[in-house]
Amino acid sequence: MITRRTLITRGALIGGLALHPRLALAAANTERRLVFIILRGAMDGLAAIPPRDTARLRQLRGALVDVQEQFGAPPMLTSDFAAHPALKNFAGMFAAGEASVVHAAASPYRERSHFDAQNILETAGNAAYALKDGWLNRLLPLLPPAPPPIALAATVPALLQGAAPATSFAPSRLPDASEALKARVAALYEGDTMLHRLWSEAMATEAMASAAMAGAADGPGNPPALAATAAKLLAGPAGPRIAVLDIGGWDTHAGQAQRLANQLRQLDNVFAALKTGLGLAWSDTLVIAATEFGRTVAANGTGGTDHGTASAVLLAGGRVAGGKVHGDWPGLSRLFEDRDLMPTTSLNAVFAGAAAGLFGLDPELVTRTAFGAAPAAAMGGLVRA
Amino acid sequence: MTIPAIALNRFGLGARADEPVPVDPRAWLLSQLERFEPRPAAIAALPDAMAMTLQYRQNLQQLRQQGVIGQRRPGGSAAPRGPEAQAMAQQQQQQRRQAFRQAYGGQVRARVAVALTSPAPFGERLVHFWANHFAISTDKLATATMAGPLEFEAVRPRITGKFADLLLAVTRHPGMLFYLDQAQSIGPGSQLGEAARRRRTPRQPGLNENLAREILELHTLGAGNYTQADVGGLARALTGWSVGGFVRRPLGLDAPAGQFIFQPAWHEPGSVTVAGKRYTQDGEAQARAILADLALHPLTALRLAGKLAQHFVADVPPPALIDRMAAAYLASGGELLALYRTLVNAPEAWAQPLAKFKTPWDWTLSAVRALGWRDLPDARLALMLNELGQPVWRPGSPAGWPDDAARWAAADALVRRVEAANRLSALAGGLDARSLAPRLLPGTLSAATAAAIARAESPAQGLALLLVAPEFLRR
Repeated sequence: MITRRTLITRGALIGGLALHPRLALAAANTERRLVFIILRGAMDGLAAIPPRDTARLRQLRGALVDVQEQFGAPPMLTSDFAAHPALKNFAGMFAAGEASVVHAAASPYRERSHFDAQNILETAGNAAYALKDGWLNRLLPLLPPAPPPIALAATVPALLQGAAPATSFAPSRLPDASEALKARVAALYEGDTMLHRLWSEAMATEAMASAAMAGAADGPGNPPALAATAAKLLAGPAGPRIAVLDIGGWDTHAGQAQRLANQLRQLDNVFAALKTGLGLAWSDTLVIAATEFGRTVAANGTGGTDHGTASAVLLAGGRVAGGKVHGDWPGLSRLFEDRDLMPTTSLNAVFAGAAAGLFGLDPELVTRTAFGAAPAAAMGGLVRA
Repeated sequence: MTIPAIALNRFGLGARADEPVPVDPRAWLLSQLERFEPRPAAIAALPDAMAMTLQYRQNLQQLRQQGVIGQRRPGGSAAPRGPEAQAMAQQQQQQRRQAFRQAYGGQVRARVAVALTSPAPFGERLVHFWANHFAISTDKLATATMAGPLEFEAVRPRITGKFADLLLAVTRHPGMLFYLDQAQSIGPGSQLGEAARRRRTPRQPGLNENLAREILELHTLGAGNYTQADVGGLARALTGWSVGGFVRRPLGLDAPAGQFIFQPAWHEPGSVTVAGKRYTQDGEAQARAILADLALHPLTALRLAGKLAQHFVADVPPPALIDRMAAAYLASGGELLALYRTLVNAPEAWAQPLAKFKTPWDWTLSAVRALGWRDLPDARLALMLNELGQPVWRPGSPAGWPDDAARWAAADALVRRVEAANRLSALAGGLDARSLAPRLLPGTLSAATAAAIARAESPAQGLALLLVAPEFLRR
């Protein structure tokens, strides 16, 4: 049922709707842009951003450390940390002062369920399902007026759910409806206020999004293509200012070396696609890529790693105070529960500090409003003023 | 709106051209509850919660052997390593995926088949409503194939009885006990808790408050109507409510896998206070007494009445209707039928035409019924529901799917419905939408829609336009 869509044709036919008056009126009152990337499945922060001194890591991981070197020499980020060889673009941004890392970060969650941990990452609650809305949604009333945030996903993730409006967009796996049918549907909805508004919005978003997806090599649904779409939407003067991307596949219990390299290369291409697609707006952008928890320091029996605790947060964009590995590196001699990287920084502190810095808000107000259930002092110095 | 159209579309699953239009709509709805089949053949043929629990246990064992989950035990044998172990792990993973698809797919097909052919569509709507009120989500390993059994075994037989019985049956079902982590909640002062403290085991067993919190917030009193102390009290009372077949700790009783079991050695001793009342019972009786009282609490009555009225009547239902429904419920001693009767007999339920925007599930079923199909040969519908934004039994949270237009009437979602309508109508060759439309939408079909259908360039396009017409998207 998956069909390639005739995006260029469609874009040309309905492109005129992109100037729909309602969207033009809703132009954003801020130039700052936030892209949040949820890495679902627990990204191995130690493989993504390994410490330079790998002796201890090798002792615990054995061959898994060496296998990774087959993908090339890991680029050094600082005197103490390197990046996985697949993170080429990210390392380049880091060197240019447009990317940074917060290492050994974790949410307050200390169990090992993806499901509950992702809920806590997204809601910033002190227990899974304790909160029904996402922290990013709670943050929205503090921000300058802008079109609703958009999730490049089939549905709005918990991170964006809540009282403030949010939308989602994803390429459909259903066969495309013909232009002829769409034109008749548009006519059918002319007398219905709500459906007319929704249909016009949908056609406008599709026109904008399809232009961005037209160049995608691997089909419109892969993460770099979705990132390009997100960038295109954010770049527009009347576009949203916040986008959320969802990238799964990080749960590398087996065959980690190859799978993680593929995942990281994809994430690296997402960073590159965002930078390219945002153009000049990249200088006003902050990208946060975070995962629900890290992975065990030791390798398991199937060439992989298991559910752990602390991981790394990757930050990129023109607004990043780049070139730094933030956080309080705990080292690998003392492990959490004798198995995981010790958490030393709260994810909530990272998110609160990044959001406050990006949008010029009082960090305490951000913490109180969006992270009140599990507050942590907002981390400073992540974003350039 | 004419009353038959409201009965068929608002309270039912959508009109079928091959079924007669009801003469006395209110009586037609209420009499369905006597005809409702709790265990139709399509559902009786499925593996039950016990079978699904065994499958889950086997999955867990495989994952533990591979070292994928669980703690490494001191002195325990290391997980097998090397390429052979890896190949075996991959093969087992494939088998697990296939087993999941078979079980979940079978459950979805049965749910759809029953909804397409049931003699009691209002009863089926109530099943879907209560399954969503007590939602568990299939995106957790333990409950990947458990939402179907929870609906089939705990909900279906109890939609017309007392709410207290429904609440108790759902709370004791392995699907709920796993989903909200009740199965391993252990009182710190219980026999097992004390023993673990004396032995200083590395991971001390503890209380899990998830189920207690959601019972208070979602299943009974509602948000803002309870305190953290109430959650703690109910959580302590619920310690020991667990699922048989998972006892690996000492001091646990054995029971068949998947069967509810009360573990006395896990139960926190002592009295608790919930919603202002003190409970001094011992053991299992304590939480049972609390649940029975919560079911009859006036705030629970208001919450159930409000949710039902929002589901059937309007996104913001008339407060007077909610009050009448809640009063009838309390006066009857907690009978669900009292709620339904008041609802169906209320003038408000028949006054405002097309006030509700259909969810993807309601819309898809009504579209398939409109096309006259009685079954679907493959899993196409499940895939379609994923694309429409409402994968079956996967709301992602215990709050279930929202019930208002704000969640479902979205720009992108509307395009998906047009695409799905296009797909369905292409498969339904031979139907004439011009004659079908007035039979499916008696009295509500607008002149504009009828004209658009008549002017369609092909029969299939006419059908697609009917399925996405404003009066078909609403009920």
